[in-house]
Amino acid sequence: MSRNSKLGLIIDGIIKNNPTFVLVLGMCPTLGTTTSAINGLGMGVATMCVLILSNMAISAVARFIPDKVRIPCYIVIIATFVTVVQFLLQAYVPSLYETLGLFIPLIVVNCIVLGRAEAFANKNSVIDSACDGLGVGLGFTIALTLIGLVREVLGSGSAFGFKFIQGDGMLAFVLAPGAFLVLGYLMVLFRKITKKA
Amino acid sequence: MEYIIILISAVFVNNVVLAQFLGICPFLGVSKKVSTAVGMSAAVMFVMALATLVTYLLQNYVLVPLGLEFMQTISFILVIAGLVQMVEIILKKISPSLYQALGIFLPLITTNCVVLGVAIQVVSNEFGFINNEVIVDGVAQVSHMMNLGQSVVFAVCTAIGYGVALILFSGIREQMELNGVPKAFEGVPIALIAAGIMAMAFMGFSGIV
Repeated sequence: MSRNSKLGLIIDGIIKNNPTFVLVLGMCPTLGTTTSAINGLGMGVATMCVLILSNMAISAVARFIPDKVRIPCYIVIIATFVTVVQFLLQAYVPSLYETLGLFIPLIVVNCIVLGRAEAFANKNSVIDSACDGLGVGLGFTIALTLIGLVREVLGSGSAFGFKFIQGDGMLAFVLAPGAFLVLGYLMVLFRKITKKA
Repeated sequence: MEYIIILISAVFVNNVVLAQFLGICPFLGVSKKVSTAVGMSAAVMFVMALATLVTYLLQNYVLVPLGLEFMQTISFILVIAGLVQMVEIILKKISPSLYQALGIFLPLITTNCVVLGVAIQVVSNEFGFINNEVIVDGVAQVSHMMNLGQSVVFAVCTAIGYGVALILFSGIREQMELNGVPKAFEGVPIALIAAGIMAMAFMGFSGIV
């Protein structure tokens, strides 16, 4: 039974509370880093790591933090993990670090992370919070990879770096306008499939 | 001259919302009415100029001399959060009318990535159109990093670009309210598609600087 509820938490994060398509949170990295499927995946995984770690840390210490100063405390905890992830990326995948650039430190102000800390982690157990972080993180990663994939296929005729169409694609989809258009239409599709409209 | 280039570059060519994707959440959230869009833009400009000034000094006179650059993210976000809180308290005391106008937007700005994004950009990016002379070990060299004045001007210009995008977009959304939209497109999706078309228009400016 308890295993079911943990699995349920993860699946909720992917579908019912999908941070990108349903809650519409964390739009900046969603639009800014999804020029290709790999970049979207990398950003999603980086955010997921921060989300799981910060959710666990915050649920562990939430009891000791006075209510009035909780937001600054959460931000410091989140910023710590972001710095850790930033240096790990810089050391082990420097090319991804270069492409994601500014958006790595900006995970600190990603409203998904602070949102989950405030809405879930501070009143649930460490394990439940980790599951919630994993679910929401996976939902975010899947959404970013999907947007990246669509933009890469339309924009440069390749998928995950594997080129299957000769020549250039529709460049606009790799540039700024494509990000808005692809996300808009995917959101409509997600609503249709989950019968929200 | 270079201040004019900073202005054109930040407002049109590298528009912070439509080309760099910073501050999208408030861009979608507070753009339903022109009046709230104006209030938000003013609040962002105010906080961003202050935050860039303070974080520039923090980076160059505290973090770099002490070799603490790895604390950049943590210290910047704390300074910005503290600054927003302070501005809120001071405004409430000295100018209640301005506080009434900007008050509800101020807490939102802490989590607006425009402020942190620009603060990090000016201390770590090189800008091709900036050519400052700096003295390194007694030798004059050309640096593409911004100095304090340019950083603050850049922050203000970025905020103007943010305001231009936000106010134009809220005008479009006010018009869109009056038209029928298919049910699945209502709300955010149609706003995103409109923003995409706007971004296409702004692409016309690329290449000016």
